[in-house]
Amino acid sequence: MRKSLTTRQIVAEWIIENLIRLCGISAILFVFGIFFFVFREGAPLLFGEGGFDLIKFLTSPEWYPSSNSNPRYGILALILGTASVSCLAVLISVPFGLGAAIFISEFCGPKLKEGLKIVIELLAAIPSVVWGFIGLTLMKGIIESVFGVPFGLTVLNGAIILALMCLPIIVSISEDALRAVPDSYREAAQGLGATRWQLIYRVLLPAAKNGLLAAVLLGVGRAVGETMAVLMATGHAVNIPIDGTPPYFHALDSVRTLTATIAAELGETAQGSPHYRVLFLIGIFLFCITFTINLVADLVVRGIRKE
Amino acid sequence: MSEPDPNYSVNVRDFSLWYGDFQALKNVSLNLRDGIITSLIGPSGCGKTTLLRSFNRINERYGNVTTSGEITILEKNILDADVSLPELRKSVGMVFQRPNPLPVSIYENIIFGLRIHSDRKDLRRSEMDEAVETALRQVRLWDDLKDKLKNRATSLQLEQQQKLCIARLLPLKPRIILMDEPCSALDVDGTRAVEELMVSLADDYTILIVTHNMAQARRVSQECIFMLLGEIIEHDRTEQIFLSPRNQKTTEYIEGRYG
Ligand SMILES: Nc1ncnc2c1ncn2[C@@H]1O[C@H](COP(=O)(O)OP(=O)(O)O)[C@@H](O)[C@H]1O
Ligand SMILES: [Mg+2]
Repeated sequence: MRKSLTTRQIVAEWIIENLIRLCGISAILFVFGIFFFVFREGAPLLFGEGGFDLIKFLTSPEWYPSSNSNPRYGILALILGTASVSCLAVLISVPFGLGAAIFISEFCGPKLKEGLKIVIELLAAIPSVVWGFIGLTLMKGIIESVFGVPFGLTVLNGAIILALMCLPIIVSISEDALRAVPDSYREAAQGLGATRWQLIYRVLLPAAKNGLLAAVLLGVGRAVGETMAVLMATGHAVNIPIDGTPPYFHALDSVRTLTATIAAELGETAQGSPHYRVLFLIGIFLFCITFTINLVADLVVRGIRKE
Repeated sequence: MSEPDPNYSVNVRDFSLWYGDFQALKNVSLNLRDGIITSLIGPSGCGKTTLLRSFNRINERYGNVTTSGEITILEKNILDADVSLPELRKSVGMVFQRPNPLPVSIYENIIFGLRIHSDRKDLRRSEMDEAVETALRQVRLWDDLKDKLKNRATSLQLEQQQKLCIARLLPLKPRIILMDEPCSALDVDGTRAVEELMVSLADDYTILIVTHNMAQARRVSQECIFMLLGEIIEHDRTEQIFLSPRNQKTTEYIEGRYG
């Protein structure tokens, strides 16, 4: 084959090949570059700069970064803010997402299926600031009037908004997982007299469980990493929504998340200051969480492929 | 309850079936004799699978199916709207062209039918163990598999998988077993083993088997139905069909003039 090519073609091919290679390598370089940059800005703290205490950083609820006399950098409240909004969001979106995926793959006709898939894609295309806006106005009003609370920017508000944002990922990946279940399993179960529900919970859900788990994990990853919408919908108050008085978890409290803190404060800090470095450390912390979640999801998906 | 004619377990009257606009079965009428193996032969695309899949109404999965006529099984027209499909499929079991064990253990495959047809609290462990052993003995897999009941059924050899697919019907005590080219995925030894198994089951069950292997139809079935283009051309004792068919088209098919 090669022999029949002219010199010009060979040169052109060489250039194109290397150009593509460069693009591929640069993607990797960018990822490492970003990681390196974030790590460089935050890491000095990990090596004890300015008497920084990692344990205190993670376990103290006191976040007073701009106090003149005694700045304190405890992110426990922020961690719990992120955790509470994300967990509640996942609790809301998983049943709806799975239900929608089951409906799309097992119950509806081809036309409705196409329509629903388009709607889901539209949902995925809404920018996060628009979601935040919906939280700030519409959802705030709804929560205030339904629950009779004075201030509707709460854990619940953020969680509902986040749940809607996670929904497209959860639905589309779950639907893929259900569709990947061989039709012969459906025929086998129905041939033995299984009803649709028996088919779903005895055969389809177990057979698709890895894919469904991956869908949930990617939804969690999305929830943890989301910034703009939660910044606008949760009230941005440093507060732990969990305490010893019933109902122990206060979904109608305002909170603040890790991501929102970085977004709101990074612009006001002096480069290289302790506050600046702490925000980068939060970034590293978030990176580790989402990286772990995505890695696990990826391994789970890979597990499916092997089967 | 008294059956109209105890000799037949399936009566089909003027049954037609359409996939959308395409008529796949045309005014089919036939009786399947109780307690024997009947084979269904004919060129590919003539509607054998469609007819077979009408008897447990699993065709309806496709959504674009309409039917007319009557199919009476166990004194009931199974095409009636009030027929319970789970109950129908409990008494009319089906074996598919490709072995399709569920992706669970051998044990769970066999008791799957019991689980979906009984309340959880009525199922006792000893009962299930017994059902598994009986079913596996009936299909002659017990000695090979008795120590591997927890293994995944999908990891078995194809021949064992297909036998398992037969075995999992038995705990439900079906009256009729439908088989759609059950040996087409198997090698010569597997085919022989499954054929022997069918013959041994024929005492207790009415079996209808689709095959396009005429030698197989001759080996296992007492009666034989020849179909062409959605119609039944001839239905008779198997020797009769193969030795002196009445219809010219049957002769041509048996002599290998259609694909
Ligand atoms: N789900 C379906 N939708 C539309 N047409 C079908 C479907 N299944 C089968 N057919 C058509 O019905 C006819 C009979 O098919 P089938 O019963 O599978 O034949 P056989 O099993 O004898 O080979 C064929 O012409 C086939 O194309
Ligand atoms: Mg067929």
